Amino acid sequence: MSPAFGRGAMTNHMVDLKNTDVALIMGSNMAENHPIGMKWLGEGRRVRGTKIIHVDPRYTRTSVVADVYAPMRSGTDIAFLGGMIKYILDNDLYHKEYVNAYTNAAYLVADEFDFEDGLFSGYNADKRSYDNTTWDYQYDADGTTILKDPTLTNPRCVFELMKKHFSRYDIDSVCKITGTPKNKYLEVLKLFCTTGAPNKVGNIMYAMGITQHTVGSQNVKAFTIVQMLLGNMGRPGGGINALRGENNVQGATDMALLFHIIPGYIDSPMNSKPHKDLLSFVKAVTPGAANVQANNMEEFRAAVAAGIPNSGFKINSSKWVVSLLKSWWGDASKPENDFAYHYLPKREATKNYSHIAMFEAMDKGEIEGLFVMGTNPVVGGPNANKEQTGLSKLKWMVSCDLWLNETAEFWTYAAWERPVENDKVKILSPKDIQTEVFFLPAAAVFEKEGTAAQTGRWVQYRWKGAEPVGDSRSDLWMIDHMARGIMDLYKDSTRPEDEPIKNLTWGYGHGDEPEPILVGHEYSGYTVADNKPISAGFAALKDDGSTACGCWIYCGQMTTKPDGSLDYKPMHRDNVDNSKTGLGLYSNWGWCWPVNRRIIYNRCSIQPDGVTPWPGDDDRVLIRWDAAAGAWVGDDVCDTGKTSPPDKANPFIMRPEGKGCFFAAKGSFKDGPFPEHYEPWESPVRNLMNSQKFNPATKVWEPEKLGKVEEYPFIGTTYRVVEHWQTGALTRNLPWLAELMPNMFVEISEELGKLRGIDNGDKIIMSTTRGDIEAIACVTKRIKPYIVDGKEVHMVGALWQFGFKGYATGDPANRLTPHVGDANTMIPEYKAWLCDIRRA
Amino acid sequence: MARSLTNLYDVSKCTACRGCLVACKDSNQLPAVIEPFKGNYATHEDTNGNTYTLIRFIEHEDPVDGVRWNFLKWQCMHCFDAECMKVCPKNAYTKTEWGATIHDEDKCIGCQYCTYACPFGIPKYRKRTDTVTKCTLCYERVEEGLKPACVRTCPSGALTFGYRDELLQQAEERVKMLRANGFPRATIYGKLELGGTNKIYVLTDTPDKFGLPVEPKVSANTWVWQDWVQPYAGWLIPIALAASATSFVTNRILDSKKKNHAEGGHE
Ligand code: SF4
Ligand code: SF4
Ligand code: SF4
Repeated sequence: MSPAFGRGAMTNHMVDLKNTDVALIMGSNMAENHPIGMKWLGEGRRVRGTKIIHVDPRYTRTSVVADVYAPMRSGTDIAFLGGMIKYILDNDLYHKEYVNAYTNAAYLVADEFDFEDGLFSGYNADKRSYDNTTWDYQYDADGTTILKDPTLTNPRCVFELMKKHFSRYDIDSVCKITGTPKNKYLEVLKLFCTTGAPNKVGNIMYAMGITQHTVGSQNVKAFTIVQMLLGNMGRPGGGINALRGENNVQGATDMALLFHIIPGYIDSPMNSKPHKDLLSFVKAVTPGAANVQANNMEEFRAAVAAGIPNSGFKINSSKWVVSLLKSWWGDASKPENDFAYHYLPKREATKNYSHIAMFEAMDKGEIEGLFVMGTNPVVGGPNANKEQTGLSKLKWMVSCDLWLNETAEFWTYAAWERPVENDKVKILSPKDIQTEVFFLPAAAVFEKEGTAAQTGRWVQYRWKGAEPVGDSRSDLWMIDHMARGIMDLYKDSTRPEDEPIKNLTWGYGHGDEPEPILVGHEYSGYTVADNKPISAGFAALKDDGSTACGCWIYCGQMTTKPDGSLDYKPMHRDNVDNSKTGLGLYSNWGWCWPVNRRIIYNRCSIQPDGVTPWPGDDDRVLIRWDAAAGAWVGDDVCDTGKTSPPDKANPFIMRPEGKGCFFAAKGSFKDGPFPEHYEPWESPVRNLMNSQKFNPATKVWEPEKLGKVEEYPFIGTTYRVVEHWQTGALTRNLPWLAELMPNMFVEISEELGKLRGIDNGDKIIMSTTRGDIEAIACVTKRIKPYIVDGKEVHMVGALWQFGFKGYATGDPANRLTPHVGDANTMIPEYKAWLCDIRRA
Repeated sequence: MARSLTNLYDVSKCTACRGCLVACKDSNQLPAVIEPFKGNYATHEDTNGNTYTLIRFIEHEDPVDGVRWNFLKWQCMHCFDAECMKVCPKNAYTKTEWGATIHDEDKCIGCQYCTYACPFGIPKYRKRTDTVTKCTLCYERVEEGLKPACVRTCPSGALTFGYRDELLQQAEERVKMLRANGFPRATIYGKLELGGTNKIYVLTDTPDKFGLPVEPKVSANTWVWQDWVQPYAGWLIPIALAASATSFVTNRILDSKKKNHAEGGHE
């Protein structure tokens, strides 16, 4: 989403679902995986007659409550949405004023940019990657101002190029690819595209069914195009809403529990020339700053103060970086030493550190030790057989969990039991495994304090409800004690390379249990001189060392009360809706980033003039321009320059363009500025859209594991059920939940059951080139074969939440899934691969 | 009679999250009964002595509607004219003045005659207590001013609790709305069936599509019991009915007097 809008987060929030006219749930089984969020769609139905559309390979509990259900073959979302984009454009259903004012539709694209037969200009087949220099705009003579054609007729304008790109996605071609019955497809198109009317707003909700593909990022990009065309971004009841699968997964990414970023979504530094010192680094992470003439930080600061470069709000990146360094290394971070930038670990520029890459490296014996906290890769990781073998090559492993889960016990006999002899799968036993395993019992969520950032970016403090059982400890306790222990070991070192550890600022209270509020204070930011929280938010951060902030997007979540004590806003519990039109903003319940803005890009909730609501939509205005006050006012915090007059107030301030981007220029994506349909890495059919079989920019880790359709004729996919939580480590250990879903099962159509002689309730074996699993068959009317290009294609759906521990047990479906992922994010392709199934 | 308090279940809102099942187990402190998965999400085919309620999952397909997956929360219907109550030789069943059919475990001797008499087969024998059990409509909670546990937990609003007359009115409106919006056969269940029940369903289709008896009938056995067995329970039946289907039941009655219970029933 960030290449289109500037941020990668859910744009609206859960309560806001009630404000939508039409909800499109695609790639999500919301009723099962977000049952409480679903409540707000129910509220929408009650108060405004919200219509719900569900597009999914399977008829699920979400389909039951939807008004329209359309089946779609797993892995064909871009075809499905490409057809929708064409339908909107062909039938003139787009929101014209919105598109003209708030997007880059009018921008002219460089003449060198080209697209042919599934490949964008600049492709290098040997490297399986693109040189993206031609994915750029046309500029005027001075090379900075982008050329535009407000009439949207120039063949090189984004709008025209987009039209041309999607002209191939006609309804018949799309249905041939997706296997969606044409009448159902039309029903979806007609209903959702009604939201192109200025007084209607539609919302898209998605989850792992969209992202866990080799084209995952581009699937989301296709959503952004649809939602901008229909004028649904930045408005209550609209947006693109990534439903997070974990309560704090938003918090985890905000805090950069990922390899490619540091806190606040700043690229993580590499050991390459563009990152060699602080100045180079801030130039590299500030969009468009590479050519800024500055020989030192002072000169760079002066350029930024003068508004150079043109990078939208990210022009402030240097302030975020320096404040972060300052918060981590305190007094040791000073102007003379580049604010200790050299302390920051640098990753190998050419190396990938994603989940798949890490386990590939482990398998090669390149990794000695592993900490496993809040994850269970033996159940949840792709190609779990391989990942389990990888663990056996470690010297040591520490597992922190509530129970001895499958990963903690990967070395046991039970872990290596397989349903059949299979020469492709290595079977080990405890005597073959030398890994030393430590287990730290962890406190459960109700036994510890701290904040969690939920899917709608709301940061909420949670108080402890019960004392931890036995010797179990909070995660914060584990990390705090470990860090203190490590610092103690290094305290007398005189070696310069140990300075980052010796000089680390670390102090979260003096007791045994660290104080979460002090962690909050650090990432909320403070002025170095007096340690006082920066109430004004990140606009007040500086890059001269006078401010410190552990995560700039959280800046301002803490202030000082009149009595001098800390006011930690995530602790606020005011359940009064501050929206005068009943939009359910609840701005004083918890706190949300950025700066407590509940709906981002909310500049779009009003017409370009800043004062007139969209016709017929007075109630869904979030902010308006108050000419007398010379500022934006409203119930929500404005997402544009507070005092920028309407003609200057850009709606997408995090983009250098200031606009929403149909065309994602330059380095936004590794696989192209527009989405294009490619088949999954393993697919039973050829690509009908172009002659590239699968995403040409995806890295293939294990070419020898590519399943052939002759041996593995069916599509395999994985998913969850409401009864179990993620890898089931928690829920399969709770008898009442184990009772509800006691065994591993797979779902197949009655047609496939007949083909393979499988009856409902039979034991089956499902296999891929990666392994085999045993499960019980659920033969159901809810899955139907897809008619793809005239041929019948079958799907087997497997729960991935089972393992050999707990009360409810079964083989992990991830023993079947491939080590291949999205070209941009490396998220594994769990959702579409090739398999076979037979009776056990 | 006081105004009835009723539990309304609207299938068109239910997402089959089964939170109500767990809430019921928690509130009644019932142990898990882990049975293997046999191909239906419901896992249990029927309620049992340690499971007072379950969600049924029923698939339908026809050319007009395509596939439909019907959910139904299944538990005691709290009939106004409760058969279970009529046949119990120990008067273990009573009606609260607001309409719950409740069962006193201390009086129950585990004869299970109610199980056969109930038009829905609801009461189930529980070996560990040697009694039958069933949904209590959470009368203890209700009498303390709380909602039943299942209602309190329901995230979708499918379950509501309140005055029967008001809920019936709501249900009628809901059915009207559903009929106009793609569910022409939507109906209320429990308003008239068996003279009215204190659990009302809003269904999106005919009752048979949810596995409910379209016209629930009083079991033939009830008649036998009420007219013949109950008046003479103390002395006649062992001889009169020794070889009949009811002999098991009557033997239990005699056994209970000797406080020497035989193994029996199912769990
Ligand atoms: S459903 Fe059965 S157990 Fe419940 S009140 Fe009616 S007759 Fe009695
Ligand atoms: S009313 Fe009480 S006893 Fe009956 S199903 Fe609901 S929770 Fe269980
Ligand atoms: S809790 Fe409510 S929504 Fe969930 S299964 Fe029970 S009745 Fe249905």
